Amino acid sequence: MITDLNVSIQQLSFKNPVLTASGTFGYGIEFEYFIDINRLGGIIVKGTTGQHREGNRYPRMAETPSGMLNAVGLQNKGVDVFINDIYPKIQHYDTNIIVNVSGSSIEEYVAVAEKIDTLNQIPAIELNISCPNVKQGGMAFGTQCAAAEKVVRAVRDVYHKTLIVKLTPNVTNIAEIAQAVENGGADAVSLINTMLGMSIDAETRRPRLSTITGGLSGPAVKPVALRMVWQVYHAVKIPIIGLGGITSATDAIEFMLAGATAIEIGTANFLDPQITLKVIEGMENYCQRHHVEHIKDLTGALLIETNH
Amino acid sequence: MKKYVQDFTVIANEKVNSDYFMLTLQQEAPLPEIRAGQFVEVRIDQAPDTFLRRPISIHDVDFVQHQLRLLVKINGTGTKHLSRISNGTPLNLVYPLGNGFTLTTGRALLIGGGCGLAPLYYLAKQLKQNGASITTIIGTRCQSMLFGLDQFQSLGDVLVTTEDGSCGEQGFVTQHSIFQQIETFNFLYSCGPEPMMKAIAKVARQHQIPCEVSLENMMACGIGACLCCVTETNSGHQCVCTQGPVFNINDLKNY
Repeated sequence: MITDLNVSIQQLSFKNPVLTASGTFGYGIEFEYFIDINRLGGIIVKGTTGQHREGNRYPRMAETPSGMLNAVGLQNKGVDVFINDIYPKIQHYDTNIIVNVSGSSIEEYVAVAEKIDTLNQIPAIELNISCPNVKQGGMAFGTQCAAAEKVVRAVRDVYHKTLIVKLTPNVTNIAEIAQAVENGGADAVSLINTMLGMSIDAETRRPRLSTITGGLSGPAVKPVALRMVWQVYHAVKIPIIGLGGITSATDAIEFMLAGATAIEIGTANFLDPQITLKVIEGMENYCQRHHVEHIKDLTGALLIETNH
Repeated sequence: MKKYVQDFTVIANEKVNSDYFMLTLQQEAPLPEIRAGQFVEVRIDQAPDTFLRRPISIHDVDFVQHQLRLLVKINGTGTKHLSRISNGTPLNLVYPLGNGFTLTTGRALLIGGGCGLAPLYYLAKQLKQNGASITTIIGTRCQSMLFGLDQFQSLGDVLVTTEDGSCGEQGFVTQHSIFQQIETFNFLYSCGPEPMMKAIAKVARQHQIPCEVSLENMMACGIGACLCCVTETNSGHQCVCTQGPVFNINDLKNY
């Protein structure tokens, strides 16, 4: 039996459910030495803003138990440099290239989305309303239902392809935010972005990050991410892309069972630049062992005993 | 330059002194081209407190035996775990990473403070091959922390400073009397604590001598994806892992 690894987010088809998370995979080029990019379901490139951003001051990273904090702050060269210099180098990839679109105002999100809409080889954007490391915008849009819906609707009006919205876990009720985003016209949601955290060096009595707080990622956040995917799965009709601490095929399968249609691998790319391909192979192997013909059948296939 | 992710085998783990150890790693396949100043990202297995890889300078390369040597300072739990690794253990590396030093053919002064000696030995060997004459200044706290004299002496002159005066001239490397004839050198190379490298950069600038320093910023990926290890340059934030770790001082903002 050959397992069909294909999954779809609305009209957009993926050769397998494995994507790379924004900010952990550069533009794909950085990983060409280690893997065949074309074997991935998709790559989500670095958060792209209207203008060049320098990001936050060093230090921007702290290692934590089973994870890391980052406070990069959306360093990128801006959408025009992406279109003119980077896009020509990656447009030949035979995979879904998705641009993570960030901004500090609705106007900026809209302007970037409009420009990306013109690129033939970019079939989707991931709207980042969940970055915890910028002073304005970012997560501010993703923590209130009305603001989330408003920015999604504004982008929906100008963006004609698949619109994925990336959610922050730093909220009291992620299901409500997901519903607001669905109402705004999103085709899918991806979750979770990093969790706001902090690290202190007791010897020097100083914070380890220049920004004091930063975003936690890695296996440490996986149980929270899984819980949120499961909650959102029961709250919205649109597909979910699950991420947060996935380092193995088993992790990826767990996210699908909780309700994800596809998954993203993030921090694990730093530990093993070939992890994505290992996860794809491992997921296929799981399907063989469990006699799953179509991997998409795993989405939400969590078994829960009801007769207590 | 092509980068690889490969398993090596630990064939020697020698204690250098209380703070430092030397790992010799070998692999079956021939090594790729490796430039002086490049580094490896070591995955540290079976150390629960250690999550990320550790970036470590390449101290020496033996292309005949397919061996790399890494001079490592025990800094935290990751390097402590590495210091206890036994022969025969596989170690997974991503390498060779970073840009590497520019090789002069003239009179080179290599200035290493503490762990900063790590990339300078392979640099000295490469410089020698390139026809340069080599003088190395090694700076440590005290005589008991001094190491590497023999290997550097086989490649050129070696000068020593210790903070307590127990060996060589007393003081920091930048206080060594050789700096009174600094203009006789064509190129300065340095790796070590930031204040030391900044002091050397100042001297280099005064005398208009080309100078490269190797930075040691904290990193996650080592391949330019995470953007965590940036330093401030004249063209903005740049990744130390891909644009460095070696920088010309004229490109660095705070030097």
